[in-house]
Amino acid sequence: MAAETIINAQGLNLTFRTNDGPVHALKDVNLEINKGDFVSFIGPSGCGKTTFLRCIAGLEQPTGGDITVNGMTPEEARMARAYGYVFQAAGLYPWRTIGGNIKLPLEIMGFSKAEQAERVGRVLELVDLAGFEKKYPWQLSGGMQQRASIARALAFDADILLMDEPFGALDEIVRDHLNEQLLQLWARTEKTIGFVTHSIPEAVYLSTKIVVMSPRPGRITDVIESPLPKERPLDIRDSAEFIAIAHRVRDGLRAGHDDV
Amino acid sequence: MKSVLPVLTVIGALMLFWIVSVVPMNIHLTADLAQRQDILVTPDTPVARQEYSGIGLALRNPHLFGMTYTLDRPRLPSPHQVAVEMWNTIALQNITSRRSLVFHGWVTLSATLLGFVIGTGLGVLLAVGIVYNRAMDMSVMPWAIASQTIPILALAPMIIVMMGAIGIQGLFPKAVISAYLSFFPVVVGMVKGLRSPDRMQLDLLRTYYASPAQGFWKLRLPASVPYLFASLKIGISASLVGAIVAELPTGARAGFGARMLVGDQYGQPLVTWAALFAAALTAAALVGFFSLIERWTLRRMGMQAV
Repeated sequence: MAAETIINAQGLNLTFRTNDGPVHALKDVNLEINKGDFVSFIGPSGCGKTTFLRCIAGLEQPTGGDITVNGMTPEEARMARAYGYVFQAAGLYPWRTIGGNIKLPLEIMGFSKAEQAERVGRVLELVDLAGFEKKYPWQLSGGMQQRASIARALAFDADILLMDEPFGALDEIVRDHLNEQLLQLWARTEKTIGFVTHSIPEAVYLSTKIVVMSPRPGRITDVIESPLPKERPLDIRDSAEFIAIAHRVRDGLRAGHDDV
Repeated sequence: MKSVLPVLTVIGALMLFWIVSVVPMNIHLTADLAQRQDILVTPDTPVARQEYSGIGLALRNPHLFGMTYTLDRPRLPSPHQVAVEMWNTIALQNITSRRSLVFHGWVTLSATLLGFVIGTGLGVLLAVGIVYNRAMDMSVMPWAIASQTIPILALAPMIIVMMGAIGIQGLFPKAVISAYLSFFPVVVGMVKGLRSPDRMQLDLLRTYYASPAQGFWKLRLPASVPYLFASLKIGISASLVGAIVAELPTGARAGFGARMLVGDQYGQPLVTWAALFAAALTAAALVGFFSLIERWTLRRMGMQAV
């Protein structure tokens, strides 16, 4: 079955001008992401994983090469509201309730009041936060806030979910739990997910495709198609297959470092 | 309410300092008066007494201490004299009377409030301009800062006289001076408040393809509310000072400023002091009022004060 390519980057380059001279954040990045993929970007700081995600989102302008999202330029895809973006911090508005925060994109995009209420209820259910609609962000734990921010990104039914180290600031137990929930959510919604992380187990556990990147200049050193089944209990992390993939990721990261 | 005890302690210390200071401040006047009433005073001539400091003279005439607190025209009135004068001019006068501090207070307060509304409106508009317009960002702030370095005492009479020359008198010129002082804290606070959303929050709105207007109403404006209240509390007291200053050098016949000047010119320190304290209480009440609104608003918004 030939899967539909949703995100296609060819020869992508991005150079930032800084006071210390140009920084080559992305060099010759080629990548295809198919519909329904769960793609993780992993690598050390400065490898361009976040920059690449921002290029997909049209938040950064590449200085060379081509990238299309749903067959459009990232800018057009952003206008078409093709993706939901989850940042490192939940970034909920403190003056809005959880429900009010999830309504934010819906208000901006002009959904009717009735539909806003219906969608808020639905996505809160999806992230297991039903009943918290009227709470303020400070009344929720960090993990719950991040789940609320995922609900906010899901509320307007974009097919693509871009996540930039969404669980980076959370402790490991909470993170395991959220990873498990994220997989269930992905299975239920069949979204295409781009996920930036610097945790090897997280990347291997979640992904169908792992993109290993290395810094200076930021580039892709390995792309691993995961053979793990779609159904993944947490203890799959003790299986031989899982450990083998984790090894390959670690080798890729180390190889990237040796070049420097 | 934790702050009650420290505040009372400071007030108590200030009152004590005030009460103790009355004796040396008034002792020369008291000695002159006592001598006229045939009370024994050492030394016994005004010229000789001029050689002594207030404290020195007081130590030589401890029997005069009581009298220093009851002079009609003291150099430094005692707290109870000020309190009695305030009671007489606030509670015991018809509020339409020129002798009533409530009458004068309203004259000043009305200019204060009008000036505050103008100043706040202007301040918010300038802040929005500064945040959204690069040219304004680079040009307005230096002038706003420069405007506050000009002594308002020098500027106030000019504004009053010039506006009078084109036929604008009464409330409005005073309100202009109030606005002149109160717009500045609002500009500074609102610029900071409107710029308080971080890069991530601005990026989030970009991912929604939100319009600049939506960014303003949904993110920047609500984010600036705590800053706005901090500015309003400074602005309202600056407004009151502006209105009083506007009354001082221009021969105004009503208002706190006019009362202070009358007391000075006609040798009635109690009038000046009563007006001074009434103005201070008014300022405290205004700031307190805005603190209440701030707490109420932020609680309704689910936020805490900055």
